[in-house]
Amino acid sequence: MKLIVTFSRKAGKKPIIAQVVKETGVLINVERAQIDSSEGEALIDVPDESCELVRTRLEELGASVRILEDQIELNEQECVDCGACISICPQEVFSFGEDWKLRVDAKRCVLCGRCIEICPHHALFRKSEG
Amino acid sequence: MDKSIDLINQRIRDGSARVVTAEEMPAIVAELGEEEALSEVDVVTTGTFGAMCSSGAFFNFGHADPPIRMERVWLNDVEAYAGLAAVDAYIGATQESATREDQYGGAHVLEDFIAGKSIELRAISRGTDCYPRRTINTELRLENLNQAIMVNPRNAYQRYNAASNSTDRTLFTYMGMLLPNQGNVTYSGAGTLNPISNDPGFRLIGSGVPIFLGGGKGMVIGEGTQHSPGSGFGTLMVTCDMKEMSSEYLRAATIHGYGVSLYVGLGIPLPVLDIETVRNCAVRDEDISVDIVDYGVPVRDRPSFRKVTYAELKSGVVEIAGEEIRTSSLSSYRKAREVAEELKDWIAKGSMELTLPARKISSQKKAMPMKETVHAPRVLDIMDTRVISIGEGDEIRTAATRLLKGETNHLPVIDKAGVLVGIVTTYDISKAVVNPSKGNLVRDIMRTRVITTSPEEPVDVAVQKLEKNNISALPVVDKGQHVLGMLTAMDLSKLFGGRWLK
Repeated sequence: MKLIVTFSRKAGKKPIIAQVVKETGVLINVERAQIDSSEGEALIDVPDESCELVRTRLEELGASVRILEDQIELNEQECVDCGACISICPQEVFSFGEDWKLRVDAKRCVLCGRCIEICPHHALFRKSEG
Repeated sequence: MDKSIDLINQRIRDGSARVVTAEEMPAIVAELGEEEALSEVDVVTTGTFGAMCSSGAFFNFGHADPPIRMERVWLNDVEAYAGLAAVDAYIGATQESATREDQYGGAHVLEDFIAGKSIELRAISRGTDCYPRRTINTELRLENLNQAIMVNPRNAYQRYNAASNSTDRTLFTYMGMLLPNQGNVTYSGAGTLNPISNDPGFRLIGSGVPIFLGGGKGMVIGEGTQHSPGSGFGTLMVTCDMKEMSSEYLRAATIHGYGVSLYVGLGIPLPVLDIETVRNCAVRDEDISVDIVDYGVPVRDRPSFRKVTYAELKSGVVEIAGEEIRTSSLSSYRKAREVAEELKDWIAKGSMELTLPARKISSQKKAMPMKETVHAPRVLDIMDTRVISIGEGDEIRTAATRLLKGETNHLPVIDKAGVLVGIVTTYDISKAVVNPSKGNLVRDIMRTRVITTSPEEPVDVAVQKLEKNNISALPVVDKGQHVLGMLTAMDLSKLFGGRWLK
């Protein structure tokens, strides 16, 4: 399961993700992180069964945590199945099916936004939560 | 036994013609043999669907009252060429909107017209006795135009070189996003379905031959611009009435960092007249090879990483120097198939008959590079040839003195052999003064990742390096990384005085 962890750095530069890994023993994969001088946001991938444990502990350490529900979405009307998105995706979200139709495995997506930027037909967009 | 075009057309009219796509043909020939395939198959349909920048259309808007001789014309803020009589104009696919830049262009105007949308026409004129009106502003749909005739100067490339990138930064090219260090390979083209690849000798494709273009029934005009079949890159100039087209087969696009382009669906039916036609139409992806060229090298004749076939490119992975690299296509193979299938359907239903070329297209010609009479300025024309440098073991103080004495802001750092190993700027030295904990030698504070140029490099390429890296100077080095001078933003001002023109 993918979680978005946001934390303020005003309280000091506590290595909270590392601390949670150490305490819980759960192996967390940081898939994307953006940290500046005052705050940070990290997208982490956690095994489903440990999700609650990790979430609770991160929150106790002062981070706010939510499950990533945004997804990459394909507008099939605009898509021409060229495949320009395939090789530039760091997560291998895109591939061709048997009939050369674009397949999207949205669960792998970490919303880096690269494909949205480069799609020649503006067929990819970020579906907001809710 | 050879077949005549009349016999094939007779069968099309009867509804008895056997039509197959170029993708089906290799297996048919392998199964039946050439002779049997010749008697069995009457028409092979081809198809391609990809970005074809060299496309556009002629429009005639009809006369207004009072009439205007349009000198400049904009359609949804995209300028069309109006240096043609009074109410004619040609819009090019890659022309960008004056207000929306690369998010809307000539290609979008073409697609919107075909989709039945209303387009705003604006035009201005200086006014004449016969055409007194000076401005006009109106909304037009495709049905309101007398003619909307697509004429694409260069479509249907026989094949296209694949692309990769050896540099350490991401490039945005017309071949799409190219990741650093050969991070991906992009390609374009339908391979086995490509029209010219199924008739490389231009025996059947020539002027007047009927085609599928953007969903309509069009025609080959003749050779395309930059037609270079002698090197394997033949092209076609084609035309079709836009009123017959469908936006299923004509799509505007924006290639990020490059600009607007038009995806065009194009297919050509080939009459199976003789054994040679059968052989040509048996071409497979494995038989068509291109180079993977390095877009990291900004010259006309870019170096090639290796040759590769369409079969390898389509497999999704190719190998460069022992590494497996993912591929991305920019053209759509699914759409190319749809074009070939649609064309097959037309012919099977008897709604398109075939003709032989009214005039032949050369199969030997090679495109020439541009003759340049004034050479673009090179770095050596404007660089600062004073070499003020510093050793990596020198003290920061010494570097500061040298910067002041030399009245420069950049000091290339060299090792004992005179080879460039880093760079320090006045900014780095100021930082070292404020925060002295790093050490007091040049090597403690220098930047070791130095972007350099060479004397032979065109100034425009060096300027691109300055801009992309947000820096103001480049050390000029020879092949052994010895510093020959510096190119700074100051030196660029020499270009304006024309002093580099010796």
